[in-house]
Amino acid sequence: MDAQTLQLAESTVRLATPLALAALGELVAERAGVLNIGIEGMMLAGALAAYEAGAATGSALVALAAALLAACALAALFALFALRRRADPIVTGTAVNILALGATGSMFRLLHPAQAMLSNAPQVGDVLPGLNAFTAAALLLAGSVALFLRRTRAGLSLRAVGERAEAADAQGLSVARIRWAATLFGGACAGVAGASLVLCLSDRFVEGMTNGKGFIALALVLFGAHRAARIVAGALLFGAASALQFTLQAAHVDVAYPLLLMVPYLLTLLVLALFAGRSRAPADLAKPFHGRD
Amino acid sequence: MTRARAFAEPLVATAVALALAGALLALLGADPVAALRALAGGAFGDSLALETTAVRAGPLALLGLGVALSFRCGIWNIGGGGQLAAGALAATAFATKSASDWPGALALPLALLAGAAAGALWAALAAALRVYRNVSEVLSTILLNFVALELVAWAVQGPLQEASRSYPQSDALPAAARLALFPGAHIAHVGLLLAAALPFAVWALLFRTAAGLRLRAVGFNPDAARYAAVSPELETARVLVLSGALAGLAGAIEVCGVTGRLFADPAGGYGFTAIAVALLARLHPLGVLPASLVFAALAAGGGAMQRSAAVPSVVVQVIEALVILFSIGFALPRREGA
Repeated sequence: MDAQTLQLAESTVRLATPLALAALGELVAERAGVLNIGIEGMMLAGALAAYEAGAATGSALVALAAALLAACALAALFALFALRRRADPIVTGTAVNILALGATGSMFRLLHPAQAMLSNAPQVGDVLPGLNAFTAAALLLAGSVALFLRRTRAGLSLRAVGERAEAADAQGLSVARIRWAATLFGGACAGVAGASLVLCLSDRFVEGMTNGKGFIALALVLFGAHRAARIVAGALLFGAASALQFTLQAAHVDVAYPLLLMVPYLLTLLVLALFAGRSRAPADLAKPFHGRD
Repeated sequence: MTRARAFAEPLVATAVALALAGALLALLGADPVAALRALAGGAFGDSLALETTAVRAGPLALLGLGVALSFRCGIWNIGGGGQLAAGALAATAFATKSASDWPGALALPLALLAGAAAGALWAALAAALRVYRNVSEVLSTILLNFVALELVAWAVQGPLQEASRSYPQSDALPAAARLALFPGAHIAHVGLLLAAALPFAVWALLFRTAAGLRLRAVGFNPDAARYAAVSPELETARVLVLSGALAGLAGAIEVCGVTGRLFADPAGGYGFTAIAVALLARLHPLGVLPASLVFAALAAGGGAMQRSAAVPSVVVQVIEALVILFSIGFALPRREGA
């Protein structure tokens, strides 16, 4: 492999990592019947929390913990409305996204008045040569999510709740508790994905820096037909598309920059058009459960 | 639900959201009282502030109307911002490139029509994906927002860029394609009349025609609608295209009445705010009018708040999100098993 191909492969994996992390978390939530379109906002909250905590303490570990906390807080808010109050999940998720956009923007501007010097967030390095810790975490997550869903009793319960909440309830499973747990897990994954944006892909927070990555992750769950391995493959495809976009830009290929920026979104739409219809979502996805709490 | 509650709950939702946002500001070390005072001054303080609020309410009313219409039918059009951008782009393209080929009296109506058509077309993409490829409109409309944003960014530094090529913006629209100001007004333009009238038209459509009944039937229960020989697919496409047209018209009104030329990101935060407008209006076409004024006041006041109280204007988005959460807590009709 020549240097350029190697670099392309490397940035493909780096750019795919946050998408895979967020999508795998959403996979678990959706398998439990929770459609959480608020992961974009949870990623954004994770990114800001990681930046502020990281820049203040210099510790990537503290940054990660802060990201988890912030994203889980938003996930709990989502669960409070979408699960406990049985509000519509689409509207609730949209509200979470707007809240995250406004709250991270306000906090960032109040904490860093214009022209103030921004310090860098600490960076998370490689665990093996060429394998970033976040990428390793994503691979580990993919393996364990697949095993959990397919091979464990708890995974079976979670899928039962997503497929047939009434029946799962009759079996004595707590639909509410399992859905809460799955939502918080999905939020935590989105938080880690957001943290990777400031601890690995760049070292600063920028307002609205997730830029639709959460929505692309949602599309990846459909593309991956609710299976972990296919979701990772989809994330790599998107990583490659984004990496190619940067390569073309660096090579001064004569394509207008905004048109290049469009590519990931158009690709997502294309992939949805080709694969969404074939993906069978869990039967009770996004349906409220009216049994006991 | 009594009529009194229908009016009281949105007020309570707004008040609680404002109070919580104030608490957030206090937590972050800002002075919430000064911020709210600056916000009120920027929204209602003088005649210019009032006009700013009215001008901001125009696109919010049209976008919110589209959202209310589609949500009521169980269709999650989150793409108002992208549809607005498509409308602004088409209106600008027509007005700056080919309006001179038409009689002057037609320039403005055709520009507005081009905007509405482009918004409808942009939404029709999501409708086609939903009807033919079973792609959820939630995702497709959101993704199309990003595409529209980049399309406008490309247009204002490419084919539609001003002749002098100095800034990423289009040429100024010719006078024939501009919406006139009200006599004696600084910025309030007559396009606002359109924004004020259309909610009544949509109300009549929804509640006084057979076509409106079909739309509402799909929202209540798609399966039952199918038994009544109403095609949910066809109604889905209709609703998306109609709400896209309203958003596109809003975009055209923005360039023809307010900005006078196309800039990058014509939608700003309007797309998301419109969802808050529709929910505060309890998805009622006429409720959109007062609800759009509430959020227009927040938007107009937010700028003033940033200038005089040094509180970031994006805090307005926090208020929007809180209003949505408090509205759905008790307001949104929930379709069973949908």
